[in-house]
Amino acid sequence: MSLWEYANPVKFLRLSERVLPALWFFAVTSICTGLVWGFFFTPDERLQGSTFKIIFLHVPAALMAINAWFMMLLASVIWLIRRHHVSALAAKAAAPVGMCLTLIALVTGAIWGQPIWGTWWVWDPRLTSFLILFLFYLGYIALWEAIEDPDTAADLTSVLCLVGSVFAVLSRYAVQFWNQGLHQGTSVPIATGERSVSDVFFIPLVIAMAGFGLLFLALVLYRTGTEIRIRRTAALLARDLSREGAR
Amino acid sequence: MKALLIRDLRLGVRAGGGLGLGLAFFLIVVVLVPFAVGSNTDLLSRIAPGVLWIGALLACLLSLDRILALDFEDGTLDLLATAPLPLEAALSVKALAHWITTGLPLVLAAPVLGVLMNLPPQGFLWLVVSLFLGTPALSVIGTFGAALTVGIKRGGLLLSLLVLPLYVPTLIFGAEAARRGAIGADVGTPMLLMAAITAGAIALMPFASAAALRINLR
Amino acid sequence: MNLTITDLTIARGGMPVLAGLSFNLMPGQALILRGPNGSGKTTLLRTIAGLQPCVAGTIDAGEDQIAYAAHSDGLKAMLSVTENLRFWAEVFGQDNIEPALTAFDLTGLQDRLAGTLSAGQKRRLGLARLLVTGRPIWVLDEPTVSLDAASVALFANAVRTHLGQGGIALIATHIDLGISEATVLDVGPFAAKPNARFGTSDEAFL
Repeated sequence: MSLWEYANPVKFLRLSERVLPALWFFAVTSICTGLVWGFFFTPDERLQGSTFKIIFLHVPAALMAINAWFMMLLASVIWLIRRHHVSALAAKAAAPVGMCLTLIALVTGAIWGQPIWGTWWVWDPRLTSFLILFLFYLGYIALWEAIEDPDTAADLTSVLCLVGSVFAVLSRYAVQFWNQGLHQGTSVPIATGERSVSDVFFIPLVIAMAGFGLLFLALVLYRTGTEIRIRRTAALLARDLSREGAR
Repeated sequence: MKALLIRDLRLGVRAGGGLGLGLAFFLIVVVLVPFAVGSNTDLLSRIAPGVLWIGALLACLLSLDRILALDFEDGTLDLLATAPLPLEAALSVKALAHWITTGLPLVLAAPVLGVLMNLPPQGFLWLVVSLFLGTPALSVIGTFGAALTVGIKRGGLLLSLLVLPLYVPTLIFGAEAARRGAIGADVGTPMLLMAAITAGAIALMPFASAAALRINLR
Repeated sequence: MNLTITDLTIARGGMPVLAGLSFNLMPGQALILRGPNGSGKTTLLRTIAGLQPCVAGTIDAGEDQIAYAAHSDGLKAMLSVTENLRFWAEVFGQDNIEPALTAFDLTGLQDRLAGTLSAGQKRRLGLARLLVTGRPIWVLDEPTVSLDAASVALFANAVRTHLGQGGIALIATHIDLGISEATVLDVGPFAAKPNARFGTSDEAFL
């Protein structure tokens, strides 16, 4: 039972139909549990008060925003090497989800920082990197939309994803360098990986992160299924047209 | 390869080649900035390196689609793809031609525009050096963007959207090098890092560009 | 150098167009492709020229032996006739453009900018390019568009000379070029059925 079996679109659709209801259920319950617990059942943080609790949205969203790009990168490589259409369509499906997650991360990051900074935005290295990631998502989606032939679009966006990933990593370091040069703004602990939160916050955070992960998975499975059906319909139409022409 | 370079340069300087356009755009952008932020010379001289870098970057961006779209439309790219010249080499040559006709004039014009922006005297040299080392990267990365979008009608705006995020590292290090030069600080680190990015881009981007172009020629 | 096609299947936009095509051309032979519009002649020629991959089968033509000419002439309007030809000559590693200029009656137009030429003159220049590539296998897609009768005769002469020197010509055209050495191939019988499956089962939904 190898994973490659699911490169077959029919098998993939069948699997996702079976798995999705449970996936939605667990995703929603995890997120609700994590958020409700985090927002209402944890004490206010010593220094930052109750706005600190935005991390229950911010951290999972930011984490998944990056993971979404990795998943697109992997799917693009699989497409380029093994030419599995399901893989290419999965990357296409994941992009808008990743973009929205990045947007959520940016907005919640701004909300988190506002009471501390006194303004709604500061060019903190991590937030800036997310802003650049948002631009990469925009470009990727725009390229998919601009090209008519689906296979050509899949190829070009895969190449873009690869090259973009290299530049995204470069930009990460460039932005860190860049922010050093500016006047030391208040260094805000807007960290996507800092485990210096105490246990009390840790568990609902983990639950929320798991929930976002499941949500991402569910959304991508669902949207990939839609993309497969769109391709199938177009292919059937094309086949019909060519049969008409042959008569 | 030489033949391709000479041809592209010739086309660039003849009528319709767009030689002066990039320069004119650079000038206009720089002239607009004081209108937007006020004519306070202190402010202008502080932001001068960055503004000049952005002006050069945008001027480069404008002429990118000429690199490939014209050849795509008249069938030259198809013919080049069947020629003995490897596509990677052909694209490197085209990027070089773009740099010579667009990037290099910008580098030379920068000091003049620096005067308009009240750039401090010690900044002129470093501005020119940083632009000289950075604009080749802009041409090479831009060629990649052009190869991606060559088949798309009116793809200019999409080209900009795809290429600008890729320009960020070069811009950060280049502008920082120019800025440090202007205030008399040590420019070593950003200049070296930017030169490294340029070198890496020149070496590696042609392969990505050729891959994208082959996909579009299918 | 021969041009050998074995059991070739080609596709356009993901749909198979021609399947099971085979032929072999020896030096001095020419093949004329006939078939209605949309039957896949252009796709076939582009695949043989190496611009797109074939789906199945083999194309055996040796390295760098093919010169391709199609609808777009690859001419730069702001360069003169000589400059255009000399550019292509240098790219393909040849020296002398005089024979090409004479064969297509372009000597009088040498220094004219390509943009000022008529459609027929531009097409003659585009075909003259074939002579400066020095390559033995010519793959041509509708070469006589825009040519008047006299120019068609010039072109047919050039093809005959090329064949006489041991070259091969593969031409898609509606016109009778009057080249007696040429055989005609109608691509119609090779049309691929729309349901033709190829590749992995992954394609099942295409």
